[in-house]
Amino acid sequence: MSANGHFVSLEGVKKSFGDLEVLHGIDLDVGEHNVVCLIGASGSGKSTLLRCINLLEQIDAGTIVVDGQTITGAKIDVNRLRQKIGIVFQAYNLFPHMTVLQNVTLAPRKALRVPRAQAEGHARALLRQIGLDDKADEFPDRLSGGQQQRVAIVRALATGPKLMLLDEITSALDPQLIGEVLELVRELAQSGMTMIIATHEMSFAREVASKICFLDAGVILEEGTPNEILSSPREERTREFLARVLEGGRL
Amino acid sequence: MGQFLHEFFSPLHFLRATPAVWNGFLLNLELMLVAEAFVLVLALLLAIVRGLPGRGAAPLRWLAIGYTDLFRGTPLLLVLFLVQGFATLNYVGLSSASLFRNGVIALVLVYTAYVTEVYRAGIESVHPSQRMAARSLGLSYWQALRYVVLPQAIRRVVPPLLNDFIGLQKDTVLVTVIGLTEAIAQANFYSSDYLNFTGLTVTAVFFILLTIPLARFTDHIIKEREKRERAQTV
Repeated sequence: MSANGHFVSLEGVKKSFGDLEVLHGIDLDVGEHNVVCLIGASGSGKSTLLRCINLLEQIDAGTIVVDGQTITGAKIDVNRLRQKIGIVFQAYNLFPHMTVLQNVTLAPRKALRVPRAQAEGHARALLRQIGLDDKADEFPDRLSGGQQQRVAIVRALATGPKLMLLDEITSALDPQLIGEVLELVRELAQSGMTMIIATHEMSFAREVASKICFLDAGVILEEGTPNEILSSPREERTREFLARVLEGGRL
Repeated sequence: MGQFLHEFFSPLHFLRATPAVWNGFLLNLELMLVAEAFVLVLALLLAIVRGLPGRGAAPLRWLAIGYTDLFRGTPLLLVLFLVQGFATLNYVGLSSASLFRNGVIALVLVYTAYVTEVYRAGIESVHPSQRMAARSLGLSYWQALRYVVLPQAIRRVVPPLLNDFIGLQKDTVLVTVIGLTEAIAQANFYSSDYLNFTGLTVTAVFFILLTIPLARFTDHIIKEREKRERAQTV
């Protein structure tokens, strides 16, 4: 817990790529065991924000505090930190030359130096929980998209993170495969995992989020409970965005 | 026609030239294996250096680039003479009498430059998201390279590596110019002794017999990979 009682705290976070400023000063607090959903159009900065929290991108200004530790300061062991912060990507990014089991045990074995037998036992237990223990020795390309994404989530969980960042993890999936992935995320939320989720699945966000933030052009334009944001948004831009998303859903 | 067949394909001369040419050919094989072992390791190191991130590593990257530019652009024949000439100065333990070692050095200098580029292409062909995914799990730069990037990169470049290996194998004959008695030297001795060129044909047969299995093996690997990749798209 950080001083202000939040598990994750962002203050004035700015990030530019060359001349283009993608994040214009983001303030965001996430309480422990809470789920925050980031919504907003493509290019609004959701992915960049998640990558900054995992230190995959270096921020240009501001501070990020996770679990009482200022992670944007000097002398941070980024490898240690990333073991505590799991991230899952839209494109799964499983390692194609490794079996499912090897994908899941790589970080525990090499980064955490867990003995092989122990890491494999733990990985198999995690895979059993999601019903994929029979796929442990398959290569990722033998799995469906939904199965691959669930393996990617388990891979991120294998180092025992206290915070999970999910970056539009259902956007690359066929509609009939989205359910199984969201179900796993739902279970994670129920187990008390702190999560920040970038998503276009509004009904899912309404269901799991303790707070929803609407990002627009690199700022959090509006934040509140799912009801406040999704049912009675104050900002014109939020209303426009939601109308577009719902229209897309109907088509 | 009869004259031609006698000069190049005489069965009698073929049998008589074979033992000497075979002795020379063993030297080609030795040069090829020793040089290739060094090339595979040194080129991988250079390719890794060339891919190092950050401003601090820039001088190292430039050195690696300068090396490949220099030795990819210089003919092997010239490098052989240069190494042999340099060895006469007896610097760093070199000696103009160690012909085998000087030959290996020249082959390694030139082929490392080629193979570095092959490895580099392989490393660059691995999508950056793979490295990012590895880093996001808490693996260090080196762990991500070792366990995620290099295995995929090397698998992809096996066919071009084998191609360069075939090239190296054939270029081992050039060491004859610094005085190593390899297969062609033996064949030439034979042709001046007996005024018959069949020894050269014997040499050609040896090299072709060595190359064909390697070429078929390369084809096989390419086909296997295509099969795997097609399976992936199903």
